[in-house]
Amino acid sequence: MRHLLIALAAFVPLAGIASAEAATLDDVMARGTVSCGVHTGLLGYAAPDNAGRWAGFDVDYCRALAAAIFNDADAVTFSPLSASERFTALQGTSVDLLARITTWTMSRDTTLGLNFAAVNYFDGQGFLVRRADGFTSAADLNGGSICVQTGTTTELNVTDFFAANNMTFNPVVFERIDEATAAYESGRCDAYTSDASGLYGTRLTLASPGDHMVLSDVISKEPLSLAVRQGDDQWFDIVKWLHNALLNAEELGVTSENVDEMLNSENVNIRRLLGTEGTFGESIGLSNAWAYQAIKLVGNYGEIFDRNLGAGSPIGIARGLNALWTNGGLQYALPIR
Amino acid sequence: MARHFVRSEVLAARPAPRRPFDPIGWLSTNLFSSPLNIAATVLSVALIAKLLPPALDWAIFDAVWVGSSREACVGPGVGACWAFVWAKIGQFIHGHYPVGERWRVDLFFVLFAAGLIPMAIPRVPFKRLNAVYLILALPLVSLLLLYGGVFGLRVVPTSQWGGLLVTIIVAAVGIATSIPLGILLALGRRSKMPVIRMLSIAFIEFWRGIPLITVLFMSSVMLPLFLPPGVDFDKLLRALIGIALYASAYMAEAVRGGLQSLPRGQYEAAGSLGLGYWPTMRKVILPQALRVSIPGIVNTAIALLKDTSLVIVIGLFDLLGIIQSNFADSNWASPATPATGYIFAALVYWVMAFAVSRYSLFLERRLDVGRRH
Repeated sequence: MRHLLIALAAFVPLAGIASAEAATLDDVMARGTVSCGVHTGLLGYAAPDNAGRWAGFDVDYCRALAAAIFNDADAVTFSPLSASERFTALQGTSVDLLARITTWTMSRDTTLGLNFAAVNYFDGQGFLVRRADGFTSAADLNGGSICVQTGTTTELNVTDFFAANNMTFNPVVFERIDEATAAYESGRCDAYTSDASGLYGTRLTLASPGDHMVLSDVISKEPLSLAVRQGDDQWFDIVKWLHNALLNAEELGVTSENVDEMLNSENVNIRRLLGTEGTFGESIGLSNAWAYQAIKLVGNYGEIFDRNLGAGSPIGIARGLNALWTNGGLQYALPIR
Repeated sequence: MARHFVRSEVLAARPAPRRPFDPIGWLSTNLFSSPLNIAATVLSVALIAKLLPPALDWAIFDAVWVGSSREACVGPGVGACWAFVWAKIGQFIHGHYPVGERWRVDLFFVLFAAGLIPMAIPRVPFKRLNAVYLILALPLVSLLLLYGGVFGLRVVPTSQWGGLLVTIIVAAVGIATSIPLGILLALGRRSKMPVIRMLSIAFIEFWRGIPLITVLFMSSVMLPLFLPPGVDFDKLLRALIGIALYASAYMAEAVRGGLQSLPRGQYEAAGSLGLGYWPTMRKVILPQALRVSIPGIVNTAIALLKDTSLVIVIGLFDLLGIIQSNFADSNWASPATPATGYIFAALVYWVMAFAVSRYSLFLERRLDVGRRH
């Protein structure tokens, strides 16, 4: 028995070191695909399309990563993960990237053995209202009744928000999301509150989506982020700079359509981004055309957003906080130089 | 001259006396025989009149049968969105299996049916050969066919399997492994050897004492934490093992019920013939006990078939899982989509469960389970 314990004790730290030093990029190269943890089915973020191909905002990040590494947006193995198993999947090396609407919090960042590489979507709690009621901001809801799912942070957030602004509201609480939305639709509440991205999805399932709108006010912070395993700085850099490359591409006007013409651009920022100048790709272990490949095959940040969530999709989410910093949003592209 | 006290020849059968069909008499005996009966009839008719037309309107007359996106299914007064089911049917059957390789799944269904249907029809000969095919050849061939990696077939990892394929694999493997395991456990529980008896009881009570969803969570969330990094059990395999062990505990109890219904005399008779333990079980006890256990075994099998839908909690997409995940396709999100999808899932499960149930009734009649001892 004692021998067994000693053997185990010797084995555990070694295993820890082995995983910390494992070069994810080498594993991915050897395997030939990026293993990507996504949602099991969430409107706009990850869902199978008509042909059964995974599509969505988070899914496109997996595809962009595969394009940057392999020049093939389909070199991805998707692992649909439930909320409870997503972190163990990342710790257990069965996925290389977790792109699954995961909120970046300090406790997760520091205790779960993972690192958040970038916020790819700034979400927050919002309100869904009927257009006919004429509400234009959350302040107009003073004294109104609001449908909310009980036992969630949503309920706390809305209470705090109204208290902090010296307003009152009449909460109508439900155990389940579909009950809450049904009550809202039947007119029991003036507004339904949940995370804004979810509200747009809910709107699609109402009988006449056009009669409803999501108020632009956001009352909580939900920075949805890309996560990688802790202890592999190179892989962390690849994911972080992939996000920044997609943002830079939008800022510089480089799209999947014009990226080939842009290769001849005189603009030094574009030349650095597309790898015609400098060796930025090589510094993270990829080819210098890494960003070119991702943009060409998947598109820049704006294209990914529009196609899956924004004006180009049935969901129609406004850019809001996710607009580029130059347009008053929070998406700030770190410079590639 | 022999005297007969009983009739020595069978009388020729005569046709049953014809009763003129009397609608009013039929109604008054069957529907309006008592005040309670009258009330029940009126209430039932009123309920049907109230519920059936809207249900038919929704499911058939106002339903959308063709369409290429959510636009077809949005609008006032639109019923079920069957266009959604039609557009996604390939996924509902094959899951995320690559489109170009779906023929392999279809071929598996054909091979499976080719083994199961002749096995189920008593008249078809070569039962022994058929059983060998079902138990040995089919699993091996299916594994090679579906997983690939041989004969130039592309490897399709189990994470891409889904839909009806996963439902059938999980249910079939679960049922096929739990019946023999359950028989062994039931015999073990009635064994005279204390160690075997205690182990069997412990096993059965442990697996019956925890919910299936816990088993699945343990297998997918806890197990990886105990394994060294880099070692990764296949998720489908983990689910299969968990479900098989879980179901075998229930099967064991169904079989034990059959064993207990046999009188002691059967054991004693077998013993007096000089049969040992295993010949006694194989030739005398089990044939009778299993026949009595059929309703219990089928009950467990049908429950297992429906419980397969729980594998969604570990990120496997069985039939229900793949339907649910397609609700999130923004091209099809509409008020009618989830209801239509759920009804379709219910229909498919019902057809499968009903088929199993009818077959077991046929089997019971054939084996004369209702016979009194």
